[in-house]
Amino acid sequence: MKIKKSLFALLLGIATLIGPISAHAADPATELALAPAKAAVAAGNDQAEDYLGLLEAQGEYAYAFDFFTTSMLWTVIAAALVFIMHLGFATLEAGLTQSKNTVNIMFKNVFIISIGVISYAVIGFNTHYPGDFNGWISFGSMIGDLNADGGDTFGYGGVGLAMTGFGDFIFQAMFAATAATIVSGAVAERVKLSSFMIFATLLVAIAYPVVGSWHWGGGWLGGLNGGAGFKDFAGSAVVHAFGGFAALACVMLLGPRAGKYVDGKIRPILGHSMPLATIGVFLLFLGWFGFNGGSVLSADVTYVGLVFTTTTLAACSGAIAAIAVSWLFLKKPDLSMALNGILAGLVGITANADIVSPMGSIIIGLIAGVIVVFSIIFFDKIKIDDPVGAISVHGVCGIWGILACALFDTGDNGFTIVGQLTGVVAVAIAAFVFSIIVFGILKATIGIRVSAEEEAEGLDIAEHGQEAYPDFASSTR
Amino acid sequence: MKLVKAIIKPFKLEEVKEALSEIGIEGMTVTEVKGFGRQKGHTEIYRGSEYTVDFLPKVMLEIVVDDEEATKTAEAVANAAKTGKIGDGKVFILPVESAIRIRTDESGSEAL
Repeated sequence: MKIKKSLFALLLGIATLIGPISAHAADPATELALAPAKAAVAAGNDQAEDYLGLLEAQGEYAYAFDFFTTSMLWTVIAAALVFIMHLGFATLEAGLTQSKNTVNIMFKNVFIISIGVISYAVIGFNTHYPGDFNGWISFGSMIGDLNADGGDTFGYGGVGLAMTGFGDFIFQAMFAATAATIVSGAVAERVKLSSFMIFATLLVAIAYPVVGSWHWGGGWLGGLNGGAGFKDFAGSAVVHAFGGFAALACVMLLGPRAGKYVDGKIRPILGHSMPLATIGVFLLFLGWFGFNGGSVLSADVTYVGLVFTTTTLAACSGAIAAIAVSWLFLKKPDLSMALNGILAGLVGITANADIVSPMGSIIIGLIAGVIVVFSIIFFDKIKIDDPVGAISVHGVCGIWGILACALFDTGDNGFTIVGQLTGVVAVAIAAFVFSIIVFGILKATIGIRVSAEEEAEGLDIAEHGQEAYPDFASSTR
Repeated sequence: MKLVKAIIKPFKLEEVKEALSEIGIEGMTVTEVKGFGRQKGHTEIYRGSEYTVDFLPKVMLEIVVDDEEATKTAEAVANAAKTGKIGDGKVFILPVESAIRIRTDESGSEAL
């Protein structure tokens, strides 16, 4: 009896202590959520004391603390998956280009992830998510303590984001660098390293977050579709079409690789390692589970599974369509086209993975797989030399993914073709114009292309004085 | 002494080596080479564009033997490397002036 009495007194004491700290302590739902932890603390459990502290910090969201923790964990795992996409881009680009430029490609990818994440911390994140702004542009500053002022609670961001501020930052930072990486593949084998580094830095530090703020930052794209809002779930427009059209502008200024067009005819320049390219695409496929799955922005049980399923189905149907089209129209089942088909399906589903049915996702992937093959051949014919097909995969299929939001929506969300097209064209034009101006200025000043001798010798020796394969053995076939 | 120089299809190398071992040839040098003869090249496709591969991969064998063994050696190579299809390769016999075994300083036929 005595023990029970003192326990009761202790509970009362804690309750009076907590009272002034939490404004919602009187809320019966919150009291109910805190009760088990409080009982454990009262029983003398030290771990429960820490847990109770975390729980109380959630304020009125205490009831959802376990969901918050799970969601936060999923967000940082998704960030790690998106990180792996950078290895995927690196090996894909290396595989589809000549061995004499491999060090250069690896170098560019190392640089982009590094400068991308740093510049996102210094200016990008707060430009991308400026809070209240004019809807078009607002430059941010260096991130601070993102755990401060409720940044580690469900209330973070004022909209109930199921992650902490740091979780949000690192997930978005991994995205940011992908946009510049898309350009890297398209300009490979002839771009001057220093010019590319300057361009990529400006693209990822300024252009990407400004354009991204139009949609994810609460900017003007939210007024599209008659107020229903622009739909771009994980970034078919603001990441992929953005990168694809920036790449198109750069390739137009740069011109084709030497020897690609001889007497007006296309002379293919072979990629040096199909296994590397395949490893890259499978890594990208893996990373896309984080790219799309993480874009649910929580561990919402209904959406995470759906998004994984639609993402996978679209990737697979993209591959099947690209295989069929290349076999029928190009006479041979082309591995590099099948790989591009997987990526096309993935880019196509990125805008709409959470609002389409499984059958819808298969059709979206199939159409993306068809589009990508013809798009690659089209750009090749008009002398836009894109060694890895980045313009077609990310640019053209990015547009398709955005339009698919209006065509395959299973809900009644009111996304229209006109609204969706307006948004994606605005993003594409912004990326294209920014790139034309910045890369154009670089072309007029320090130059954007290596010399003909350096290109022939390979950028590995010319730019880096290193070889990727010093003991390279030739084919024994 | 004669140098028997043969250019053959790469996948025939193992059979040729065995055929030469059977007639008592104890050493040879093999190089991966590329080239074409009447076979010419062939057409391949990469990302929708056709291109011609002029220089096809071949293997070149070099074997130095005594004069009287030259013909026998060349025939053994030719028989083993034959598929009857275009691109089987060629065998040449060339004169060799002298030879030295580096380890022992033996020269002439002793060095073979």
